[in-house]
Order: sequence, then structure tokens, then C-alpha cells
Amino acid sequence: MSSINQLLLEAKSVTKYFGTITALENVNLKIHAGECLGVVGDNGAGKSTLMKVLSGLYKPSAGSLFFDGKEKILESPKDSQNLGLEMVYQDLALAGNLPIGENIFLGREPTKNLGLLKFLDYKKIKELTDAHLGKLKINVKSADQKVEELSGGQRQAVAIARSTAFNAKVVIMDEPTAALAIKEVGKVLDLINSLKQTGVGVIVISHRMDDIFAVCDRVMALFQGTNFAESELSKTSRDEVIGWIMGKK
Amino acid sequence: MENKDQEKNSLYLKIMPYLEKYGILLLLVIMIVVMHFLQPDVFLSWRNVTNVFKQISWQSMLALGVFMVIVTAGIDLSVGSIMMLSLMILAIVAKAGAPWYIVVITPLIAGFLCGLFNGLGITLLRMPHPFIMTLGTLYIFRGTGNLISGGTPISGFTDEVRYLGHGRIDLTWLGLEKSQYLPVSLVLIAIVYIIFWIFMNKTRTGKWIYAIGGNPNAARASGINVNKILVIVYSLCGFLSGIGALILAGRTDSGYPNAGLQSELDAIAACIIGGGEFFWRKRYSSWSFCWCNDHGYFKKWS
Repeated sequence: MSSINQLLLEAKSVTKYFGTITALENVNLKIHAGECLGVVGDNGAGKSTLMKVLSGLYKPSAGSLFFDGKEKILESPKDSQNLGLEMVYQDLALAGNLPIGENIFLGREPTKNLGLLKFLDYKKIKELTDAHLGKLKINVKSADQKVEELSGGQRQAVAIARSTAFNAKVVIMDEPTAALAIKEVGKVLDLINSLKQTGVGVIVISHRMDDIFAVCDRVMALFQGTNFAESELSKTSRDEVIGWIMGKK
Repeated sequence: MENKDQEKNSLYLKIMPYLEKYGILLLLVIMIVVMHFLQPDVFLSWRNVTNVFKQISWQSMLALGVFMVIVTAGIDLSVGSIMMLSLMILAIVAKAGAPWYIVVITPLIAGFLCGLFNGLGITLLRMPHPFIMTLGTLYIFRGTGNLISGGTPISGFTDEVRYLGHGRIDLTWLGLEKSQYLPVSLVLIAIVYIIFWIFMNKTRTGKWIYAIGGNPNAARASGINVNKILVIVYSLCGFLSGIGALILAGRTDSGYPNAGLQSELDAIAACIIGGGEFFWRKRYSSWSFCWCNDHGYFKKWS
């Protein structure tokens, strides 16, 4: 399958030092269109650092990133956003007092300009929101509902919708199901599946084997800042992956 | 029996949102009715009603500024002092014989600069909470006001300077009596409140102000320059206090050192009781106006 699908993002021998501490050493990562990659590893294995390097929050000490086959140097998260890479943060990064639509477009609102004043185009926000939520099959009562009135699963869905509203090619999700009730986990996993169908590459960081085995096509394990193991999901098992997290092959 | 309970419950659930939204208005109406029966000749007379509006006119400007700050989950304790300092500067400039159009602009600029000072202090000096910065400037601005004026009242302004606070719009062409006029300050409040409402609810900057109150991290992650917006918010709050100073100058015809003493508490109370919930919830700015009204009536009565 990876031979057909286009390579969206590749990290080649990424190394990151914090002072004398080596957080990542020669780590490689590939993500293709329509594919879901699970990244597992113990606390401190370097998962978060790797994701922050990919999103441009940290600059790698060595190594390079390729977007669509071209090498790019990221100065800030804004650069990676412009290249089509979005993060869904663990703490959701939504403003609870604003409606769903305004959260999805926060910071990138469509406006009607009148001289220096920028008036929000509420009609367009509503249209775009309805269309986008419909495409992802996210069910909410209305796009005008405030985010604080939503359940945890719906909020996660809004956060994911937000990350994909601007033609994202790669979406990185940090523990997308960590704070959710069991019933809602299924909905978020369905959402990841429908993202894959639209051709987005998804990277899921998770501790939950259930999630990894429900949505991922490939799984890679980091151990002490290095690539420890990687496999197609169909060729491995839960016990093996758990072993990788502990550093056993 | 059970059915009845459920009905009761659903009625309660239906009424609650309205009560939450319009309860303060209801309270205002009840107070007006009660006071009308206590003082049937005076209370709803033209003179008394316009008087109340004139009294709350400068306070409502402070309340509006504080409202915007509270939306961002901040607080501005210095509005009363900003108004006093602006008033003193206005009085000194007026006494120095400057033309009226310069006198009118000075408190607005002074208020804006004081607010800018607050905003820069909160963002650049990274104060843990605006409470600390504005508590400091509460004393600094009032102290400066006392210093430049020598702590004595300065009075006597020209009619042009007093127009916004003291002017009357004649309504005799409507067939009303000469004593039944419209205070200019009331018209000014209405205009400022409408502009403010449009700014907060229709513009992108207004939306970002709400977003910062909702979740500053989300705002930052969305690429909003949070510090810049905060500086704008505190500057505008100072600017509105400057308008308050101009109105008060017109009303009292003097700059006096006790102006705006403890009025920051009135302004904050107006926002919290009128605006509903503290911290970051979105409410309509007009509610703080309602509370100002309540407060004005209450003061009149007590």
C-alpha cells in the first residue's frame, strides 16, 4: 500500500540535544497519504520531542525534514502549518466560551474588510463549518453551540476538525483518546478512519494498544531516543509492541 | 404526582435560561416599580430620571472598560485613578488657557497612555496577574494626579469643555417643556455602547478578545498575538476612563482630587452583577449598563 501512496513527510536521522542530554538520536520517520502511523514508547522515549521537531517548535540539532520530497527548514509552527502539517494538542487548545465554528476558524477567520477594521463573516464561517463537519461526519446539534457545552469526545472531534479545516496533509495527534469515556473513544477512532479515507496522513501517539490496533497501519516504537522497532500492524501483535515499549525485542 | 413533578421541572428548566439572561432587567423593573410607589411624585419625574442617567454617565464608561478587561480574564483596578489623573490634566490644561479643542482631547490621550502603561507592564514585565500591575498604578496615577495639581480642586471650564457632561438637547420642538431636555451625556453613552458592542461582537479583534478570555493557550496556538491584543484592551480601557473624566469635568465643572475614588469597585461590580459571570464568559455589554442603572437608582434612593 505504501508503494502506491505518496510520501508526504519524511524525517531523516533527526537528532536533538538539550545541553548534554540526547533526546533523539538518528531517528527516521515516514508518513504516506491515507496512512495512520502509531508512535509508541515509554515516557521520556522521545515521542513528544520528535513531534515538536516535526511541527517546527524545536529545531533539530542534526538531520533533515522532507515535505513532499523537498527538504524544508522550519522556523516556527506557522511554517509547518503552511506546509500542511497540523498538531492536535493533548490539552485540546479550544476556547470554551466560543461556538464550534469560531473555534475551528480561530486565528484564521474569514473577514469582510472595511478599511482597517476587519469584520467577521459569520455567514461564511457557518457555511464552511457545516460543510467541513459534514465531510468528517461529525454530528453536533448546531455549529453555534459553545465548546464548553460539548462532551469530551465532541470536543476532541472539534479539535480534529479544526486541525483539518485548512487542507492539512499530515495531522499529528497527541494521545487523542486519553481524556475520553470509552463510548467516545470509538467516535474519535471512526473520525481518524474517515480522515485516512480523505487522503490525510495521521500520526497517532498513544499508550493505548486498543487505539493503535484499531486505526493504525504501521506502528513504530521509540526507545531512549532511537528507532527501536517498526512494523506493519498486520505483522505484529500486542504483546510484541508492549515488549518494544519496555525495550525488549 | 410524578408527572406533575416532571412538568414542574421542565417549566423550571424552560424559565431558567431566560432568568439567567434577563433576571437583572427584571430586578431593575421591580426596583423602579417599588420606588415609584414609595415616591410617586418624584421618582419617575423627568428631572429625576435624567438626573440618574447623568450620574451614571461617567461610571458607565469605566464599567465598559473594565468589562472588556474582565472578558480577557484580567482585572483593571486603576480605572478610577486613570480618570482622576486625566481629569487633573484636563483641569491644568484648561487653566493654562488652552483652546477648548485641545482641552477636550487631553483627557482622552492621557487615559489612553495610562492604559498603555498598564498593558505594557502586564505583558512586557510579565506580571503574574494584572491585579498586581493595576493595583500599583492605582496608587501611582492618583499620586501623580495629586502631585501635579497640588491636591487642590481646580474649577471653572468653558461651555465647550463642559458640553458632553453638562449639555442639554432641547426637546421643545417635540412639544415638551423647557425642563424636559435630553442630557448630552446620555446620548454619548448610547453611541459609545453601540460602537463598543459592534467592536466586541462583530470584528475579528473583538472575537480574539473573547478567545483570550476563553483559553489563552488556544489563542496563542492559533497564531493570535495575545500580548498585542492585551495591550490594546488595556489601552482602550484607559481611553474609556479618559472619556469618563471628560464627562465628569462637564458635570462638576471642576477637577478635584477625590474624583473616582473607589469607583473602580463600582465599575467591577457593574460588570460582575450586570455581566453575570466573572472570568471569561461572554455576556452582553449592555447588561453592565443595566447594573449601572440599578446602582444609580439605588444610590438615589438611599
